[in-house]
Amino acid sequence: MRTRTLIRLAVLTSVAGFATASVAATAEDFKAAYEKAETADKQAAAIKDQWTTAGAELKKAKAAADAGKFDDAVKLAQDAEALANASVAQAKEQQKLWPEAVLR
Amino acid sequence: MASTIRVRAIASGDTTQVQSLISHPMDSGFVKDSKGQIIPPHHIEVVEFEHGGKVVFTCLWGPAVSKDPYVKFSFKGGKKGDDLKVSWVDNKGQSDSTVAKVQ
Amino acid sequence: MLRKILIAAAIVAGAVQPLWAADRASDPKADFKAFRDYFTNRFPKVALDDFVNGPYSMDEGLRKQWKAIDEFPPYEFAVEKGKDMFATPFKNGKTYGECFANKGVGIRQTYPQFDTKSGQVITLDVALNQCREANGEKPFDYSKDDMAALTAYMAFTSRGKPMDIKVPDDPRALTAYTKGKEYFYTRRGQLNFSCASCHVQNPGNHIRTEVLAPALGIMNAMPIYRSAWGGMGTTSRRLRSCNSQVRATPLKAESEEYRDVEYYLSYMANGLPISGPGARP
Repeated sequence: MRTRTLIRLAVLTSVAGFATASVAATAEDFKAAYEKAETADKQAAAIKDQWTTAGAELKKAKAAADAGKFDDAVKLAQDAEALANASVAQAKEQQKLWPEAVLR
Repeated sequence: MASTIRVRAIASGDTTQVQSLISHPMDSGFVKDSKGQIIPPHHIEVVEFEHGGKVVFTCLWGPAVSKDPYVKFSFKGGKKGDDLKVSWVDNKGQSDSTVAKVQ
Repeated sequence: MLRKILIAAAIVAGAVQPLWAADRASDPKADFKAFRDYFTNRFPKVALDDFVNGPYSMDEGLRKQWKAIDEFPPYEFAVEKGKDMFATPFKNGKTYGECFANKGVGIRQTYPQFDTKSGQVITLDVALNQCREANGEKPFDYSKDDMAALTAYMAFTSRGKPMDIKVPDDPRALTAYTKGKEYFYTRRGQLNFSCASCHVQNPGNHIRTEVLAPALGIMNAMPIYRSAWGGMGTTSRRLRSCNSQVRATPLKAESEEYRDVEYYLSYMANGLPISGPGARP
C-alpha cells in the first residue's frame, strides 16, 4: 500500500519533469500549475491529511515565481501537486485500511 | 515573589548531600527568536553554597548550561538543623538567594 | 444528475459502507480487553501500573536517569505556578474551583468526558477555557505555558488516582470514541505513520534517539515537562508535534480529532494511575 503510493509519486514527478524540460515556462504556466497544486492541497486539508512537505513546496514554488524563475516555479508547483495528490490518496486508502490495524 | 531556588540538603554521617533546582531562562545568546532576532544572553554566572560561614561549593556557569539548571553535590560536614545559604548572580546583575535547613 | 448520484451512492455503499458501519458499532469493552492483553502479553515483565511511565517502563537506563531527575522534578515550577493561578479569583470574583466537581481538586482522572449537551468530547484543557470564558476571561492558548501550568497542578492533585473515563450509552459518545480509535490507527503524513506505528508496534524501540512509549497509559503522565522543549507542554502541544514529526500538517489544538483520540486512549487506560505531571527526555 505504501509502496504503491510511493511509486505513484515517483512516476508523477518524473513525468512532470519530462513535460517541462523542452519549453521555457511562463508566468501563465506557473499560475495554472500553482492553482492545480493549491486545489489538491485544499482537498488534502478538507480530508484532514495535509502533508507539511506539500505546503513547503508550494511556498518554494511561489518564491521561485516571485524571483522570475518560472521553470523552477512550475516544477516545484507540480511537485507540490503530486505530494498533495499522494496525501489525498493516502487518506482515502486509510479510510478503508485502518480497521485492520486495530488490536483485537 | 516566589523564590527561584529549590534546595534540599540531607546530612548523612559526616557528609551532606545537596540538590538544587534554580528557575532561570539561561539564554545562551546563540538562539534566535521566531522573527530571526538573537535572544540576548541571560544566564547565571555564579552560584555559591555557604555553610558555617564558608563557601562549600561554587558554580561558574555560562551559555552551555540549560534552562532551569539542576545541580547535585556533597560536602564534608554539616548536620541536621544547620543553615545552608544558596545565592546566584547572572550576567545582567540580577540575583536571588535563599536559606534552607539541612535535614 | 439524480441517476449519477444514485450510482455513486450504490458504489460507496457497496465498497466502503460495510467496514465503516461495522466499526461505527464498536464495542469499547472488547477493545479495552484486546488493547490491555496486547501490552501485558508483549511486556510480561512490566508491572501493569508501570506502563504509565512511558519510555521508563521500557528502558532501564532511562529509568535510572528519570529517578534521579524525579528527586527534584523539573515540573515543580509549573505546578507551583498552576497552584497560584488556580487559587487566584477571576475579575468577577469567582474561582476555577466553582466550575468543577470537588472544587477542581483531584478530578483530572475523569477527563476527557463526553458532554451530552453539546455532543462533544470535553478535555480538561477545554473545560478550563470554558470556565474562563463563562467568567468573562480570555481563553488560554492550548499549546502554551499558562494552560500547561494549570493542568500540571490539577494533574498533581490527582496523582495515583486511577483513570476513570466513561463512554455513556449515547450513540454520539460511541461515535466520538470510534472516531478517536480511527484517528489512532490511521496512517498520515508523508512518513505514513499512524500513532499505532510507534506506540503499538514499537514501544521500547528507538526512533532516532528517543525510546518510544507504549500506547497503554500514554495520557496518564500529561502534561509533561520535556527536556527537549526546556519546558512544560500540554497534550495539544504533544499531539501537534507528533503530527508534524511524521510530516502531517497539525490540526488546530483541541480539534475534534485530537479530543476524540485523547478520549479513546484515556478510556484504554482506565484503572491505571495518573502519573502526571510527567518528565520526559
